[in-house]
Amino acid sequence: MSTHRLRFKLNGADRDLEVPADRLLIDLLREDCGATGTKLGCGIGVCGACSVLVDGELVSACLVPAVFVDATAIVTVEGLARDGALTPLQDSFIREGGFQCGICTPGQLIAATALLGEHPRPTRDEVRSWMMGNICRCTGYYGIERAIDRAAGAR
Amino acid sequence: MTFEYHEPRELGPALDLLARHGQDAHLIAGGTATVLLLRQGLLRPGHVIGLRRIESLGGIARTSDGGLRIGAMATHRAVERSPMARAYSPALTDAFASVATIRIRNQATVGGNLAHADPAQDPPPMLAAFGATVTARSSRGERTIPVADLAVDHFTTSLAGDEIITEVVLPPIVEGTRAAYLKFLPKTADDYATVSVAATLRLASDGTVAAASIFLGAVGPTPIRARRVEDALRGRARGDIGEAAALVGEEIDPVDDARGSSEYKRRMARVWTERTLAQLLR
Ligand SMILES: Cc1cc2nc3c(=O)[nH]c(=O)nc-3n(C[C@H](O)[C@H](O)[C@H](O)COP(=O)(O)OP(=O)(O)OC[C@H]3O[C@@H](n4cnc5c(N)ncnc54)[C@H](O)[C@@H]3O)c2cc1C
Repeated sequence: MSTHRLRFKLNGADRDLEVPADRLLIDLLREDCGATGTKLGCGIGVCGACSVLVDGELVSACLVPAVFVDATAIVTVEGLARDGALTPLQDSFIREGGFQCGICTPGQLIAATALLGEHPRPTRDEVRSWMMGNICRCTGYYGIERAIDRAAGAR
Repeated sequence: MTFEYHEPRELGPALDLLARHGQDAHLIAGGTATVLLLRQGLLRPGHVIGLRRIESLGGIARTSDGGLRIGAMATHRAVERSPMARAYSPALTDAFASVATIRIRNQATVGGNLAHADPAQDPPPMLAAFGATVTARSSRGERTIPVADLAVDHFTTSLAGDEIITEVVLPPIVEGTRAAYLKFLPKTADDYATVSVAATLRLASDGTVAAASIFLGAVGPTPIRARRVEDALRGRARGDIGEAAALVGEEIDPVDDARGSSEYKRRMARVWTERTLAQLLR
């Protein structure tokens, strides 16, 4: 097995580490970087629990080889709040009850952050088609939708 | 899984690595299919060759004759969002946009899609209906393969082991051609198709069908060309599409699976072929 030196930014901080060729991004984040906010759900790219941003693009950390993130900038749920101040989206999730058990929340927040980055005032259809792949096992979808609407200034 | 990972910056060295390691080498583009197969132990290569740093494999651009070139490493989402791809045909961007979720579309590439050759994939039938070709390079040279001839069986292509898809080329669209991609998703919006229909159609000045190209996904071991339907449509007026669409049953060979019985898919193939034609003839 070959090993590879990766230099990347995680939530704004420089990281420099060596990983085996078969490392996945989810394990790089949780095991090697100790950033356990990102959760492993289905492990096959379906459920959205491990949603992260790589150079601003929303991807499933369980499907991305770690070697692909060399020289990129990654944002996980830990990177949303600045100096303890929640983003308007995080605040809206709290106000609107955008979660129940919370396991899918890091992925929901990251997916919705990417949505609002691309569509600051998304329509209902845009919210639904964008968030469609982020599954909430508690079926708290209305709260999640309201939270996104609120963060977008729609309520 | 234990392998050596290589990430060449040019196509030449990638082709050399493939030629040198033969069966023991496996390409990885976006990785959405390969990561799963590696993890399940269905692939056990000694060498994995990453294509992500090879710049010549990227890009989406109109060709000088009015067609479209999509680099093998362009992601699904790049095609979906490309104004040039949309200007070529919104049906093309629809087919790419109907793949899974944004997360998958951000990672999965066009070359990886075509080489993966799952018959339930969305872009291949649409690309085939447009008459697209892929360019395949090896250290032995270059050849052009129609997308319609690329998949030969479930997860099997006519590519040789040492070939890399470098691009997909779509020919210019004949003036007046209409195109549509319809995906039947009875369960969830991010699922694979139960049945999908890709079609292009051109009407003559008298309103009869002058040309039709129809491919179905998820109803056979590869995308299936509905030749009998195409033949039956030619020269017909817009009214009589139901009879032509019914002929699709003679072309397809769907299997029973979680997305429905073979019989159900057969019926749905007729319904969705008719709907696609109705949309094109509206
Ligand atoms: C959760 C999930 C849902 C999905 N849903 C859909 C769906 O609804 N519709 C749909 O159409 N598809 C769907 N797919 C399949 C998806 O389209 C493919 O996995 C993807 O297109 C493969 O592209 P990739 O770049 O990730 O390929 P990789 O995984 O990198 O490679 C796939 C195969 O192609 C080979 N390869 C890659 N690039 C080249 C090249 N340039 N030349 C020659 N060979 C090459 C690799 O060696 C490998 O065998 C889904 C996949 C997942 C994981």
